[in-house]
Amino acid sequence: MMQVRSIDAAQITEAVKKLFMDMNYFIGNDILDALRAARENEPSATAQNVLDQLIENHQIAREEEVPICQDTGMAVLFVEYGERVVIENGSFEQAVQEGVRRAYIDGYLRKSVVDDPVFDRVNTKDNTPALIYTTIVEGNQIRILGGCKGFGSENMSAVKMLTPSAGVEGVKQFIMDTVKYAGPNPCPPIVVGVGIGGTFEKAAMLAKKATLRPINTSHPDQRYAALENELLEAINKMGFGPAGLGGVTTALGVNIETCPTHIAGMPVAVNICCHAARHKETVI
Amino acid sequence: MKKITLPLTDEVIRELHAGESVLITGSVITGRDAAHKRLYELIEQGRELPVKLDGEVIYYVGPAPAKPGHAVGPAGPTSSYRMDKYTPALLDRGLKGMIGKGARSQEVIDSMVKNGVVYFAAIGGAAALISRSIKSAEILAYEDLGTEAIYRFEVEDFPAIVVIDSYGESVLVK
Repeated sequence: MMQVRSIDAAQITEAVKKLFMDMNYFIGNDILDALRAARENEPSATAQNVLDQLIENHQIAREEEVPICQDTGMAVLFVEYGERVVIENGSFEQAVQEGVRRAYIDGYLRKSVVDDPVFDRVNTKDNTPALIYTTIVEGNQIRILGGCKGFGSENMSAVKMLTPSAGVEGVKQFIMDTVKYAGPNPCPPIVVGVGIGGTFEKAAMLAKKATLRPINTSHPDQRYAALENELLEAINKMGFGPAGLGGVTTALGVNIETCPTHIAGMPVAVNICCHAARHKETVI
Repeated sequence: MKKITLPLTDEVIRELHAGESVLITGSVITGRDAAHKRLYELIEQGRELPVKLDGEVIYYVGPAPAKPGHAVGPAGPTSSYRMDKYTPALLDRGLKGMIGKGARSQEVIDSMVKNGVVYFAAIGGAAALISRSIKSAEILAYEDLGTEAIYRFEVEDFPAIVVIDSYGESVLVK
C-alpha cells in the first residue's frame, strides 16, 4: 500500500496563496490565443478595438502583477484529496482559507464576499470563506483546481431540470436561451460552461468545473465534443460580439461536462464565464 | 477620437451619439450596488445626500486595492442593470452621465431622454488598462462599504463608448 505522507499546513497555505495570486495576474494561454485569433477574425473596427484593449490589458496585468479584472471573484476550489495524506500543524480547511485570505490581502485582490446573503451583507474584508469542494481519491497527493470568476457573468447563469424526452434539442435550446438572455451583460466574448446529468446540484457543479477547463480541450466523447463545436458556432452567429457592441465573437469556447443521471431526468446547468476566464491547478 | 471634458453641459450631451468612441477627462464620482441603495433610500425619505449629484457623471465600479505607487487598483466597469431600480431617482436629482457596462431597462432609457442624460460603456474586464487613465481617487462617502464606497476619481483620457445617447438611441446588440 502507498505510504502515508505528511504535509505541513503551511505548505498548503503557501500553495493556495500562490494559486490565487497567479490566476488573477496571468491569464492562461488558452484564452490569450483565442482572443488573438478572434482579433484576426473580427471584421468590425469596434470589435477589433475592444479585443485590442483586452489583449493589452492582459499584458499590463502580467507586467505589473495586478489583477486582470477588479472583480477577483469568490474563490472556488475543486480538491482531489489523496486518502494517504495527513496534515501536520493544522487542518486542511483552515490552511486553505488562510491561503485565500493571504492571496486577497497581500496580493491586492478585491474583497468581494459578504457574510450574509440577504440581511446583513457585511463585507468579510478578506474574501473568505472560499468554497471548497472535496473528493477523496487514492494516493498521497492533493490536487487543487482553483477558479475566481466574477459575478457579472455568474449572475447570468441558470439551471433547468429537463426531462429525457427533451433530448439533445432541448439541451441546445436551453443553452442558447441562457446565452441570449445574458446578452451584453456577462462581458462577452464569454466561456460557456455546461454541466449535464447527475442531480440538480451536481449539474451546477459540473458547469462550474467546465468553466475551469482550458478552452482548447474537448469532451472525451466525440458526440459531446461535436456539440461543443456546434454550440460555439451557433452562439457566435448571435451577433453580440465583444462587449456586446456587435461582432462574430460572442463566445471563445463552450465546455461540456457530463455525469450519469436518473431515469426520469436530464438536468442541465449553464455557468457563464466572462472572457477573463481565470483558472489554475496545482499539485501538492 | 472625440475628447470630452467634464462637467458635461447639455450642449455637449446633445452632440453625443450612440456608437461614438470618446476619451473623457475630468472628475467623476463612483458608486455601485450598496451605495445606490443608500442614496435611493435617502431620496425616498426626502433627506440630504452625502454627495451632490447635480451635473455629475457616475462610474459603476468597485476598484481593486491600489498597489503602492498606484493611484488606484484595477477599476473596470460593473454591470449597469443592477443599478436600474435606483437610477431614475438619481437622474431626477441632476445626474448627467453614467459609465458602466451592458444593457439598461426601458425605465432608465425613458428617464435618460426626459432628463437629457448619456450612458457610456467602458470595456468590461479591461480593468488594469482603464486604471491607467485614473489619476487620483479619494473617498467621498460610505467608507464603511470598502470597495463599494463613493469615490471621486480624476480621470484623463478615460476610454469609453456612447452606448445609449440622450435621444434613447442604443448600439447594444439585442
